[in-house]
Amino acid sequence: MISLNINQKTYQVDVSPDMPLLWVIRDIVGLTGTKYGCGVAQCGACVVHMNGEAARSCVTKVSRAEGQAIVTIEGLSQNNDHPLQTAWNEISVPQCGYCHSGQLMSAAVLLRENPNPTDDDIDAAMAGNICRCGTYPRIRQAIHLAAEMQRKGIKNKN
Amino acid sequence: MKRNSETAGRYFLPVKTISVLAVILSAIGIMSFGIKNKKGVTKSNIQFENSNRDSIKSVKAFMDVYKVLMSPRCVNCHPSGDVPLQGDDSHLHTMFPRRGVDGKGVYAMKCANCHQPANTPGLNTPPGNPNWHLPPANMKLVFQGRTPHQLAKQLMDPKQNGHKGKEQLIAHATDALVLAAWNPGDGRALPPMSHEAFKKAWTTWIENGAYAPKPSKVKARP
Repeated sequence: MISLNINQKTYQVDVSPDMPLLWVIRDIVGLTGTKYGCGVAQCGACVVHMNGEAARSCVTKVSRAEGQAIVTIEGLSQNNDHPLQTAWNEISVPQCGYCHSGQLMSAAVLLRENPNPTDDDIDAAMAGNICRCGTYPRIRQAIHLAAEMQRKGIKNKN
Repeated sequence: MKRNSETAGRYFLPVKTISVLAVILSAIGIMSFGIKNKKGVTKSNIQFENSNRDSIKSVKAFMDVYKVLMSPRCVNCHPSGDVPLQGDDSHLHTMFPRRGVDGKGVYAMKCANCHQPANTPGLNTPPGNPNWHLPPANMKLVFQGRTPHQLAKQLMDPKQNGHKGKEQLIAHATDALVLAAWNPGDGRALPPMSHEAFKKAWTTWIENGAYAPKPSKVKARP
């Protein structure tokens, strides 16, 4: 039995220690906001936070996550009102949307560490998150907007 | 007056002795510049004490060391820029992760986000190590593009080698990240010799004086 802390809740899961964390999150715990993309840490669709870092859950064994603070897209904010979520909504960033939980989780690490990122900072932080729809210009725009809202203490413009 | 003369004599004598010694030492110093290095080698900036100096043996060992250090398994994490290299052809790492101040990446692109404590099985999966990182920004330890001469001198210079002395350099041959080169994960070429052979060459190079090959001997790789 492995004990996991996901979105501040404790889960006891009876799985193989080498099962990818992504499988446990989606298939055992039932939180399906995090997506499977490539399975080899190449695309960023599966990004969750592990102790605040943007871990790729498809290659992270569940044994590595035991006892660590895991946050998925469902736990990024209490009411879907993280500045990034608000900005994403305001600018209508997604097209198909499949990659965007990973995009948001990566962007959240960027904004935590750099509240006023430049375009170059955004490139450095987001280069590992691929979007087949090519929504990159809107992602960039939304990160700048979220940064501005975060600096001004605006949680939700609506 | 007599007392004064004696006093003056006592003070004069050490000055004369010191002057003679200074002349002799200067002559030795000047003569030492005239001693030619052995053919094909130059001394590194730093020379360790108590080395068994054998420049030919030392340089021969370093050329084996150089083959390993310039293999993709070593050079890929010692790039000349701030993006690591990847693959047996040492191309720029896809996604362009950046070195960062501490060598462990930046923002959502930190090395350990993908590189696990152990290799992930399968082709094109991230190799792993608990301490996966590049050299930090203030001590880049660049291998890429260095000639044997440049690399040998760099490795021996504490200002460029991570402040390592002789014993620390020798011990570095068994560092966990160095050893990881011989456990590269599926589909990656091994360094061109065994770790045992590398360690022997590395130690032989250092123990015999850590001589640098002559600048023109071999062109830089890759």
